[in-house]
Formats: sequence, C-alpha cells, structure tokens
Amino acid sequence: MDFEPSEEQQLLIDQVRRFVREEIIPLEAKLDPDAAELEPADHARLVEKTKAMGLFGIDIPKQYGGPDIDIVTRVLLAIEMAQHRAGLYVPCYGTFGGAGLAQIFEANEDQKERYLYPTLRGEKKAFFGLTEPSGGSDPARAIQTKAERRDNGWVLNGAKIFISNADRAQYGIVFARTDASKGRAGITCFIIDSDTPGFHVRRVVHTLRSSHYATELEFKDCWVSDHQVLGEVNKGFAVANDRLTRQRIPYAAGCIGVAIAAHEMAIEWAKMRSTFGEKLANRQAVQWMLVDNEIDIRTARHFTLEAAEKARRGLPFKIEASIAKLTASEGGGRVVDRSMQIHGGMGMTKDLPLERWYREMRIRRVGEGPSEVQRMVIAREILGSNLR
Amino acid sequence: MSVRLRLDKPWRPLTPEEAARLPGQLGVYQIADAEGAILYIGQAGGRSPFGLRSELVREAEERGPGRQFRVEVNMQYRSRWFELLMVHKADHGALPPDNAKNPPPLGRLSPA
Repeated sequence: MDFEPSEEQQLLIDQVRRFVREEIIPLEAKLDPDAAELEPADHARLVEKTKAMGLFGIDIPKQYGGPDIDIVTRVLLAIEMAQHRAGLYVPCYGTFGGAGLAQIFEANEDQKERYLYPTLRGEKKAFFGLTEPSGGSDPARAIQTKAERRDNGWVLNGAKIFISNADRAQYGIVFARTDASKGRAGITCFIIDSDTPGFHVRRVVHTLRSSHYATELEFKDCWVSDHQVLGEVNKGFAVANDRLTRQRIPYAAGCIGVAIAAHEMAIEWAKMRSTFGEKLANRQAVQWMLVDNEIDIRTARHFTLEAAEKARRGLPFKIEASIAKLTASEGGGRVVDRSMQIHGGMGMTKDLPLERWYREMRIRRVGEGPSEVQRMVIAREILGSNLR
Repeated sequence: MSVRLRLDKPWRPLTPEEAARLPGQLGVYQIADAEGAILYIGQAGGRSPFGLRSELVREAEERGPGRQFRVEVNMQYRSRWFELLMVHKADHGALPPDNAKNPPPLGRLSPA
C-alpha cells in the first residue's frame, strides 16, 4: 500500500499544520503548562477559523453535515493536530469540534432530535460511561451496573469510574447489565440525562493528567424510560465494541503526532547543544536514539495508516486497529522518553512540553484497551477465536 | 482506599513572612477571612516563579492583614483546583466570592 499523501491530502495537512503553528502554539505559550482549555474568546475565534477552513466537526459524517473526510485523511490530520503541548488529549483545544465516543449515529429519530443533532451543533455535551471499578479491560464481564425492568422503564444501580466530562455533560451513554445470565449478550446501552434523579457525579479522579480529570459516577435507583434505550435491549456491547475498535485508529494518530513533535525537538536540540566540545548530534549514542525514534514513528505511522485504509475500504480492521494502537502508544512513549533523555535536565522541566507528553503518553498504554488486551485481540485473530 | 476531597488543614495567618516560609512547589491554596469563611481558592501552577510561596506572598501583599490561608502541595494542581472549586460549590451552593468574579468553566459534583 502507498501511504504517501495525495495532493489534496497534502493541502489539508499543510493547512492544519499552519493552524497549529500560527494559531495554537502562540496562544499556548501564554497558558499554564498543564492547561486544557483556551480562553473562551480565543476558542470562539479559532472555531470560526476551522469553520472557514471547512474542517469544523471533523468527525461528523457528511450526511449529518460534517466535512467529507475519509478516515485515512482524518488520521493524517490527527497527526498534525496533536503536535502541540496539549495535543495528545486536547488536539487544537477542541476547535475542530466533535463529540468523540458519545456520538450516537445509531439512535432512533426521536433520540437523534433530542441528543445527536444538538451535540453536533455544539449545544450539548456527552460522556461515555463504560468502565467500572470492577475493571475496564474486560467490560463484557466487568460490568456490574444493573438495569432492572420497573414501571415501564429501567432502574439503574451501580457505579462507573474513569469517566471523562460527566460533570460537564448534559447526557451520557451508559452501559448496564440487563440480563445477568448472558455475559456480553446481556448488556444494554442507555442514554442518561445528567439531571435524571439518581444520577450522581461523586468525585474527581486525579491521574497523571493534571490538565484534566476523570470522574466517578453513581447510579442510585436511577429510573429511565424505554425511550432512553440506545439500539436494542441486550445488544449494547456491540455499541461499545464498535466505538472502542474505531477509536483505536485516531488514538494511535494522536500518539504519532506527539512523537513527531518530540522527535523534532530532540533533533533541533542535538544539533544545537554541545557537551565536552562536541555537538550532541555528532555523538553516536545520541544518533542511535534519534534513529530509534525515527523507526518507532515510521512503524506506528505505517500500521496506523494501514488500519485506516482497511477501514476506509470497508474491510475488517480489528486486528490492524489493535496493532496501530499498540505500536503507536508504546513507540510514542519510547520516542518521548528518548527525546527527554537527549534534552537532559531541560527535558524534565515544565518549560518544555516533553514532561507533559511523558505523563500523558504513559496513559495511552492503558487507555482505550491496554497493550495486553491489544496483544490478546491480535493473538485471538492469528490463533483462532476458540482460544481460551 | 480513602479519598480526601476537602482541604481541612489548620488555617495560618496570611502575612508575607508566613507565606515566605512556604515551599516553592506547585499546588493549591485557600484564602479565608478571620472567621474561616473561604474567599478564594487558587492554584500555584507551572508558570508561578516560586510556586506556592510566590502566589501566597503576592496574595498577602494584595489582600493586607486579617486573612488566613492553607495550602496543599500537589503536582495535579489543575485537576485538584477544579475539584476544590466544585466541592465548595456543592457544599455552599456558590463559588467563593473572589472566584465567582471570574469563574472558570466548571462541572458539577454531588459528593457523597
């Protein structure tokens, strides 16, 4: 497969690259090193710019009013959008729009009117409630939140953890067990309004990401009507699985973007910095670190574009998505680590973005399915699905 | 696993001398009046020249006598700052008066 960008893709890449360098990075220099938000006026101004570029709502399908961007091009742009201090988790500070995992394109028309369209217009925010204190890597078995039939609706009881944006969202999609005897075939997806009685955001969960926090949720006799079921009863796991598989590709792209930015910084530093009368760039130890960076980046880029290309062509891409996520998150971590090493003491400071990338990149080996789960997915594919 | 949501350390007098004894580390702080009513919740972030020390020395100079403070050294200063603000709002129904003048974008918590 040829992964060189087409002329049209290259124009878009250049456009986004200029946006990052001329608009985002200068504003970022004035923010706290761990900031995750622009000043509201700056955000609004830049949203107008991305709209003028025709790229606002970048993840929204064309039939819902989004730009007509295929997933390969999306990956190429995601790599560019991540190349700034906050870029791994907040690429371009959200100025390209999008609702992430909680976009509910499979909703019925009534649900689309109430939730999807307002979200796409930027009027509502949503959260994705899957992981529970009992575990996140194996949601089919770990989900203990129960939804029981009562009063022509469902009553939810249980807890969720590591849920982003639940404290700020107007609604979320929440996975609960509706049939305890059926494993993954006993999970249903519900749309929960944040003001539903019995829904509580109990606390902030602090992580390596000081810029942002997750939350812990509690559902206590939280009643919702049948109208809040997304898709079919007991078929919610497919909704979760579809998102988790798809998400692995842009997730990988973000890691690659940050790795490229760190690598470019390391190259510049190595050319500039001298020790014991010699440029770092002339020392074999440093050269080899830079070579290993280059190989990690190229490997991750190749596998991520391969996964995107298969998805674009409508072919199965589960194994490719896992390989992409695995190589990009692990390789990206190594690249940032080596780049910090090349920078020496400066690499550890908040003066440079490397320390933030180092902390945040560490999370990527766990988030959206840890490396071990990705390897398990790949092993199942190559050894057969009956492997236990 | 115990999770401490609220800052509950003893108050210290907000004077330049007391603030100068603080470490130069990152973290969060609260300013209160003489009765202990919280006026402001702040953070000493990555651009503070001497972290908590420089933030609290500045606060002492700007606010004058009759105020108290307490601090928490915390590398997760931003998410901890958001948390303290949301918990305060949940407990008191409003942000501290000096935060309410220019409120950051906040979510809502209902701590148990």
